[in-house]
Amino acid sequence: MNFTPAGYSLLPVLPEIVLAVGAMALLMLGAYRGQRATPLVVALAVVLLALTGVLEICLPAGKHVTFGGSFIVDNYARFLKVLALIGSAATLLLSLEFLGHESRRIFEYAILILISTAGMMVLISAGDLIMLYLGLELMSLALYVVAASNRDNVKSTEAGLKYFVLGALSSGMLLYGMSLIYGFTGTVSFAGVAAAAKAGSIGVAFGIVFLLAGLCFKVSAVPFHMWTPDVYEGAPTPVTAFFASAPKVAAMAVFVRVVLSAFPNVMHEWQQIVVFVAIASMALGSFAAIGQRNIKRLMAYSSIGHMGFALVGLAAGTAEGAQGVVLYLAIYVAMTLGSFAVIITMKRNGQAVEQISDFAGLSRTNPVLAFFFAMLLFSLAGVPPLAGFFAKFYVFIAAIKAGLFTLSVVGVLCSVVGAFYYLNIIKVMYFDEPAGAVDPMRIELRTVLAIAGIFNLLFFVYPGPLVSAATAAAKSLF
Amino acid sequence: MIQAIVFLPLLGAILAGLIAIAGAHARNPSGDTVEHAHGHGHDDHAHASHAHDDHGHDDHHAPAEPPAAGTGAAELITTALLFVSAALSWITFVNVGFLKQDLLVHVLPWISSGDLQIAWSLRVDTLTAVMLVVVTTVSSLVHLYSVGYMDEDPHRPRFFAYLSLFTFAMLMLVTSDNLVQLFFGWEGVGLASYLLIGFWYQKPSANAAAIKAFVVNRVGDFGFSLGIFAVFMLIGSTDFETIFHAAPGLTGKTINFLGWHADALTLTCLLLFMGAMGKSAQFLLHTWLPDAMEGPTPVSALIHAATMVTAGVFMVARLSPLFELAPNAQAFVMLIGGTTAFFAATIGLVQNDIKRIVAYSTCSQLGYMFVAMGAGAYSVGMFHLFTHAFFKALLFLGSGSVIYAMHHEQDIRNMGGLKDKIPFTYVAMVIGTLALTGFPLTAGYFSKDAIIESAFVAQNPFAFYGFLMTVIAACLTSFYSWRLIFKTFHGRPHDQHHYEAAHEAPLWMLVPLGVLAAGSILAGFPFKELFAGHGIEEFFRESVKMHPHIIEEMHHIPATIAYLPTVMMVVGFVVAWLFYIQRPYLPVELASQHPLLYKFLLNKWYFDELYDVIFVRPAKWLGRFLWKKGDGFVIDGFGPDGVSARVLDVTRNVVRLQTGYLYHYAFVMLIGVAGLITWFMFGLGGQ
Repeated sequence: MNFTPAGYSLLPVLPEIVLAVGAMALLMLGAYRGQRATPLVVALAVVLLALTGVLEICLPAGKHVTFGGSFIVDNYARFLKVLALIGSAATLLLSLEFLGHESRRIFEYAILILISTAGMMVLISAGDLIMLYLGLELMSLALYVVAASNRDNVKSTEAGLKYFVLGALSSGMLLYGMSLIYGFTGTVSFAGVAAAAKAGSIGVAFGIVFLLAGLCFKVSAVPFHMWTPDVYEGAPTPVTAFFASAPKVAAMAVFVRVVLSAFPNVMHEWQQIVVFVAIASMALGSFAAIGQRNIKRLMAYSSIGHMGFALVGLAAGTAEGAQGVVLYLAIYVAMTLGSFAVIITMKRNGQAVEQISDFAGLSRTNPVLAFFFAMLLFSLAGVPPLAGFFAKFYVFIAAIKAGLFTLSVVGVLCSVVGAFYYLNIIKVMYFDEPAGAVDPMRIELRTVLAIAGIFNLLFFVYPGPLVSAATAAAKSLF
Repeated sequence: MIQAIVFLPLLGAILAGLIAIAGAHARNPSGDTVEHAHGHGHDDHAHASHAHDDHGHDDHHAPAEPPAAGTGAAELITTALLFVSAALSWITFVNVGFLKQDLLVHVLPWISSGDLQIAWSLRVDTLTAVMLVVVTTVSSLVHLYSVGYMDEDPHRPRFFAYLSLFTFAMLMLVTSDNLVQLFFGWEGVGLASYLLIGFWYQKPSANAAAIKAFVVNRVGDFGFSLGIFAVFMLIGSTDFETIFHAAPGLTGKTINFLGWHADALTLTCLLLFMGAMGKSAQFLLHTWLPDAMEGPTPVSALIHAATMVTAGVFMVARLSPLFELAPNAQAFVMLIGGTTAFFAATIGLVQNDIKRIVAYSTCSQLGYMFVAMGAGAYSVGMFHLFTHAFFKALLFLGSGSVIYAMHHEQDIRNMGGLKDKIPFTYVAMVIGTLALTGFPLTAGYFSKDAIIESAFVAQNPFAFYGFLMTVIAACLTSFYSWRLIFKTFHGRPHDQHHYEAAHEAPLWMLVPLGVLAAGSILAGFPFKELFAGHGIEEFFRESVKMHPHIIEEMHHIPATIAYLPTVMMVVGFVVAWLFYIQRPYLPVELASQHPLLYKFLLNKWYFDELYDVIFVRPAKWLGRFLWKKGDGFVIDGFGPDGVSARVLDVTRNVVRLQTGYLYHYAFVMLIGVAGLITWFMFGLGGQ
């Protein structure tokens, strides 16, 4: 809170530097070795992400502030950065199959993901509005390109274009909000804004509205979600998996950090926005998904709904709520990556199938796959004792303790409606006539699915480490 | 010892039940589907072979499947345990009745909830001892008889388990120390009765009869439970001692019942009596008893003649201290008893199913017992209960023997001349009939005459009505009983084929007949003084509270009145002889000359039809209404179905917003921001 210039040490930024430099080195490698090097580049990119994660963990404990307070490394940042790195690395693994095709040997894909990840890390550590914007754009620009990476596919390019145009609009709103906030508080640092922002100032309220609109766009919260289903459906499936995991973590992380550390005095204002957005997202995510026939579109609405649930924890505005959000993100990433491992593997005769009806009778043709997917779906629906239940449990507990009863009740009801479409897929897999066996599952997909599945299944047995890490992360925000 | 008497049948029931379950498993190891197919197979069989019957037969299934392993063991265990129980009961009877060793054994605390403290106790006084003897004796004989009678049925372990379960529940009922425990036994016998009536569950008619018995008894039990609540409300206890002690203080008190300030004791007794009416098949709630004959005949003998149906009589006797304080309730008891005695006898006149005749006779005799109860001569009623158990069980088991001999033919029009074929059964049935009609010196003679005398001297607004009805019924009883004997055993055989094949039943079945025949003759005279004479004070002591002086006055009635029942009996006999031996065309002519009366009686005073119109159809209509409109339309429509339909509507509309046009998406975002801004600008989101 109390802002003291702590010099310009580069140590806290070391992981980001390593990641950025590594990404450029891999770019060189690819540029000189050509598209043949794609598998190598991807493998090295995964190693690089792992190395970055290790570095992040090995940074000296405690809170480090650098670049004049605009870059913060604390437990919160560490936890979410590691989570984002895991998401990115897993996405790269999920992409191997996509990139394996002769026509799609594009090593730049991995580089773009690395750059996007670097943007996320900056975003998560942002300590002022400028750094926030920098990280957000670094992340997003790479994402626009990645969405359109399947250049010859109309849908993919359409997805990239839509995302870009709407993203630009949201960035405009974000910047407008920032300038309003700067105008009314005279500072861009979160700590300074926190000190200057007064409750009841309409200018600050406007600024918050625009700022949060931009952030809501990134986490695809209603009503700034419209791009999500189209982009999820149009983008190549591994890219969709990426969209659904790491960037969501980063955007939600900065969302939480901004409102909690920059606007603690105007909580009344932002809480209303968050409550509204949370309810709208949960409701839309639950209701709209029912009508979907395409599994990727369904996952899009699912992620909208899940972001709504995560925002319930934020709406509480307490350390407990922040802990709920952090836990929710961790579990959400595991569930999403596991589910996408299944979706990516759904191919018949080399042809990807993405309709829900294509899952018919999977329990008889691929019983293990069906079991893991069913379990992930149960987890997404929030059925105990799977991890997804605890994710919802923590955010709702926080909301109830904060007195947000209406929000909690609405949220629980939405999760009931939402359970329907998850259970519907399980019903299709277990009770419908088989639609034929799917192609064998690749080893890296198996690995991701197994880890995600076992995490979901056994989280309740030994939740201690993750929960205490989340608690520590949340504490560092207050 | 009393614990052994009560719990040995339970032990037998559990063991036989386990054998039955094991047998069912062995037959259908793979579970449901096979069981289903098997059930259907039976169904078809039953339909095919008995399609010509209008009312279902006491029918055995061809031994298409062998009985389960352990059937013999189940029979042996239950029967042996019941005989032990019966032997101990007679010892108890002597101990309690003559040596005056009343027992009150505390078993365990049962319910402890606030003011409601109920202990599980076994209370044995003379009243209970009489019932113990009746129940265990008849039950053990019926067990023995069933070994022979049921020998073709593959489900015998289940049958014996039910029989023993019934016996346990009945013993629980008669040994209870409080109303709640009594109610437990009461419902337990109801359950066993339901299970046994529906024992041949492949027959739709048996299922229907079982349900009917259960539902009609619910009506009575509803009143009974209200009565128990009323007792608890008034006295704060359900314990008999406490109730009887507190009851005299309640005279003149009123309670508010449906806005009507009723006399507390009268209302309570009427409610309790409503339970008795159901269980003992009294007028208005009698309709289930004839249908209950769908069950196997030994069941009819045990449950629907000798024991369970007398539970209502027992209950009134047990609560005699209450009823003595409620003369209006007593009057009602007398009214219902007299009506039933007459009404059931009239129906019995024209029935053709051998078991139904005996069933209506049972109904009528229960009416006699209630007349005695209404008169305040409780021990006399119990006397008739005691003797009736013997001769009515005998008649049922004898009918069973006839049915067995005739290969499950139950229509007496198809019988005739059987006395040469099955002489032992014939003799037994004649003895039973003599006892039932009150032939001098048989058991029924003493008890029935005592009832008619008690009705004559009773201080009761309906005393004369009761007297008149019972006297007329005595004549009718004699007529229909002898009609049964003549049509079954005398005259020419009507079904030559069955007649030729008729044969005497095995020894298993004849022994119980012999024992019961002996009882039907001997159960009267030795006990006359104890139940209806000067020995009452000594014998019953505190267990029943007699109307003062009634016994004394019974001994001083005019001789004409004393002989009247016997005269009526002779008249009935002569008419029956005339109709069915001397001039067999007379009844046909009579029936054709009075078709209305004949139809009226044949259709059992149209009670079933009446109840169908008044209760069954409205209930079904209400059920259908609530199902279709209430549940289907309102609850499903606005509940699950409606909600899910609305969810789909919402989904459709939301998905429609997702047009795919970029400018729509941008528009939505801007609208969102504009909405939030507006919200804050106009102060709604402000302080």
